[in-house]
Formats: sequence, structure tokens, C-alpha cells
Amino acid sequence: MPEQILAELVNKEKIIEGVYKFAVKADSIVKSARPGNFIEIRVTDQTEPFLRRPISIHNLDKENGILEFIFQIKGKGTEILSRKQVGDKIDIIGPLGYGTFKLENYKKIAIIGGGIGIFPLYELLKQAKGSNAETGVYLSFRNKDLVMLEDKFGKLTNNLNISTDDGSYKNRGFAIDFLKQDMEKEKYECIYACGPTPMLRAVKNYAVENNINCQVSLEEKMACGLGVCLGCAVKKAESSKEVPEYFHVCKAGPVFNAKDVEF
Amino acid sequence: MNTEVNFAGIKMKNPVTVASGTFGYGREYSNFFDLGKLGAVITKGTSLKPKSGNKPPRVYETASGMLNSIGLQNPGVEFFANNDLPFLRQFDTKIIVNACGSSIEEYVELCKILNSLDIDGVELNLSCPNVKEGCMAFGNTYEGVKKVTSEVRKVLDKPLIVKLTPNVTDIASIAKGVEDGGADAVSLINTLLAMKIDINTRKPVLANNTGGLSGPAIKPVAVRMVYQVSKAVNIPIMGLGGIMSGDDAIEFMLAGATAVSIGAGNFADPYTSIKTIEGIENYMRKYNIENVTDIVGKVEMN
Repeated sequence: MPEQILAELVNKEKIIEGVYKFAVKADSIVKSARPGNFIEIRVTDQTEPFLRRPISIHNLDKENGILEFIFQIKGKGTEILSRKQVGDKIDIIGPLGYGTFKLENYKKIAIIGGGIGIFPLYELLKQAKGSNAETGVYLSFRNKDLVMLEDKFGKLTNNLNISTDDGSYKNRGFAIDFLKQDMEKEKYECIYACGPTPMLRAVKNYAVENNINCQVSLEEKMACGLGVCLGCAVKKAESSKEVPEYFHVCKAGPVFNAKDVEF
Repeated sequence: MNTEVNFAGIKMKNPVTVASGTFGYGREYSNFFDLGKLGAVITKGTSLKPKSGNKPPRVYETASGMLNSIGLQNPGVEFFANNDLPFLRQFDTKIIVNACGSSIEEYVELCKILNSLDIDGVELNLSCPNVKEGCMAFGNTYEGVKKVTSEVRKVLDKPLIVKLTPNVTDIASIAKGVEDGGADAVSLINTLLAMKIDINTRKPVLANNTGGLSGPAIKPVAVRMVYQVSKAVNIPIMGLGGIMSGDDAIEFMLAGATAVSIGAGNFADPYTSIKTIEGIENYMRKYNIENVTDIVGKVEMN
């Protein structure tokens, strides 16, 4: 069950320009959180900015009750958040989302991420390694200045493929292309994806066409994060265009079986 | 100190409720606090048949507020009666169902069903700006409001509250339609019809183009309207629009509201309603007020 806590910021690290990793003490949330869950942060007790900011969980340090999240400064909310100092208390609701990454008992999985979408995939990869699943990890970024966490991901997999859209670092191209190339020989049982919508669409289409299990983490504008406001709607794939039906990212998601959703 | 209010025949332990569409049917927030602390729970807008709502994006943050265009997504009254009502009944609070329809016949049909349920009152939604038919279409004239209200009144024995849209020129005359139609109370305001444009794509940020503005940004408009309506009608008023604290609630009560609702404030902080109750009590202590009803309409105009 989600709860609201005032979590102490215990470590703050700049990953690249405009991107920060925060570590907060959040024992109870860490205890119940699963890979793919997110949190909602209220950055001020004033009315501006008004709503909480949904941010994915990057890493759960179960032993020390530390929750890590990484965020990019996108507007005034995340800008205010970035100015918090170690020792400050941060108003967090979590863990949120009942749809999380499910490892099932897959022996061999692919993890694919793009840009700031790679953050929640880290906890997934960690848990996959813990369950001795073999992993291939495909991460793409727009250019070399935006490449992040290569070493961290690299420590947890024997097959890390980094690419940039413009070829300014490592492979040139999209992560999905490298995943497709590997698929012939690797025969992944499931693909886990988080990233920009065009990337997720490409991954979904590929997985559906080839009948591969696929779990995607989606994003949509939301207010409450709890399943109350019904803002973050995503269309159910099985419903018609004339009478669409919806899931909500914050409740049924944020992780969905790719074939269940249309986005 | 007595915080009880008798709102349109509904005896509430305090004047604080939660606004429709911002509290679902209570389940999610019951993880945070005992719903029995609230004066009443006003449910998500509920219709005769299930509604799947509008295309996303449906919400967007604006200055000290937010836009929404949910489109009254709800599971329908039958599902509510079988699933959500028994859940809500576990708590020592009053249950008011926000009822919406797209025609007078539908409102009447729905209210016949609601009349047979174990609920404490009905709030007629004549004010949702995000659906094509019904709701606001009835809510923006004296005649329209009076007509729907009086038709519903014929089939509903329970306390009847009518929720008004602020998207009208003369809110007082609309409220008069509610009173003349035979309702027990009026609630205001619903959201203000609004729009935000993404300057990079040159498109409105909501898929529905327009949506309803709520949150602290609209509070002064709401307070003004509550005041105007309180001067025009003799039925009690539920005041809402941007309430974040006890101080905000007191402002509405001074303007003439007997009860208040917390709306979008629930999203910013799940405990906003509880903090509002505490804030009202603090104000009562500070000014030595015995009964919370003593402050209703006690604004002293310049």
C-alpha cells in the first residue's frame, strides 16, 4: 500500500548536466517496492507548482532502506527538487503502481531503454541478476553528452549494448535495431522496455509481430498517482476505436504487457 | 467546541467533505486516513451506465492549479451500488453521490435508483464542462436548472444538492433556479472552462482541447460566487474551489457556505481534508467560536 513519508535526502549526485540522482531514507517504501514502481514527490508545501512529480524508482537498497531515484530538470518542479540539499526532508508518496516488471521464471531476457527511460530498468536488471537470469541490455541515447550509467549497468550484465542516435559514442543507431540483430542468436524470452514513446512503439510492434513477451513502462500526465483522478489514461488494446476503454498508468501500470495497451 | 453542521438535512460531524472526481469512491484515500473523520464523502460523478471517459492527455498542471478533462469516466450506478457503496458504508461518514446524466430522463432514471440505495444524499452534477451532452448544458440557464431539479425532486426523497458551473454570467440567478426547483442545497463551484496551449506544437495540451480549471488559482472566484449566491437564495451552500487549508475553508464559510469540499487539493496532499478540519478547529479556538455554524455568512462587507 502506498504511504506518504518525509524522507531524508542522504546523498545527491549529478549524473550529467541537468540530471540528478537522489538517495533518500525510506525504509517502509523500500521494503514493499518492486521494480517498475514509482513515487510522487511534492517539491513545495506552497501551491506553486501545484501537483506532485511522478518519478520512477531507480534502485532499492533493501539492506539500508535507501531508495534512489534519478530525474532530469524539465520544469520548475524538478528545478526546485534539484536544489534540495542533503539533510532536507522530501515529501514522497510511494510505492505507486500495481503493474510492475515481472521476471516470471525467464532464463533469458532483454532490457531496452532510451534516454531518461533507462532509470527504472536498473532495479529490474539487478533483480534479474539476483535470480540468475541471463540478460542483454540495450541502451540508447541521443548523443554522447547524454550517455548515462554505462558502468553501473555494465557491472550487472555480460551483454551491454550502448548506442547513440548520431553515432557520437559507441554504436550508431537505435537500441531496437541492435536488439533485433541479437535476437537471432540470443532467443530472449521477454523484452522489458522503458523510454520515449516512439521507441516503445517500435519495441511493442516487434514483440507482437514475433510473438515475444514484452513488458513496457508507460508515462502519461497524472495528478494524484493513486488511481483517483483518472487522468493518466492509456487505451486498452482490446477496446474499439469507437468505444475506447482505458487503463490508468498509475494503477494498472506503469508497466503493462505490451499487447494489452495501445499508445 | 461544536463542529457539527446540518447540511440540507444531512447531519455531518464537521463541515468538510471531498469534492466529486477528486476522491474516487474513497478506497485509495482510505489507505491514508480513516474516512470516518470526514463530514461526508462526495463520490466520483456517477451515471446510469458506465462511461469510459475522454482521450488522454486528460490532465495538465497550470499556475497554482490544474486542468482536467476526464469526461466523467465511471463504472455506472449498478457497479457503485454493488461494490463501492458497501465499502464506503464501513466508515462513520455520510455518503453523497454525485449524479450525472445526458438528458432529463437519464437524471430521473438515475435518481430513482439512487433513491432506493442506502446513501445520505445526491449531488446533481449540472456543471461538468468536459462532456458534450447534458451536465453544463442544463446548468447554464435558470429554466434549465429549475426544470432538471424539479423533475429529479419528484423521484428523490433524499437530500438533493445541485452543483453549479461558474461558466455563467449570473450565478445568483442560476442558484435561484435550484431553489425554485425544490432542491435542499446548492454546491459551487465546479471547474472553470479553460485552455492551455503548447507553444512548440501549437496544440492545446489536452486531447479534448479545453478542460476545467481547479485548484487554488480559482479560489477567489469561488468565494465571490458563494457570497453572491448566499445573498440570492435561502438554501444552504456547499462551497468549493481551491481549498487547501482551514483558513481557506473559513473564508468560504464567512462568505456564506455551510459546508465545504476539498477538491484538487487532495491530489497535492492526500491529507488536505484532514488538515482542513484541524485548521477549522484551530480557528474556532483562536476566536472562541462555540459552534462552527456561527461563522456562516458572517463576512462584514466594506
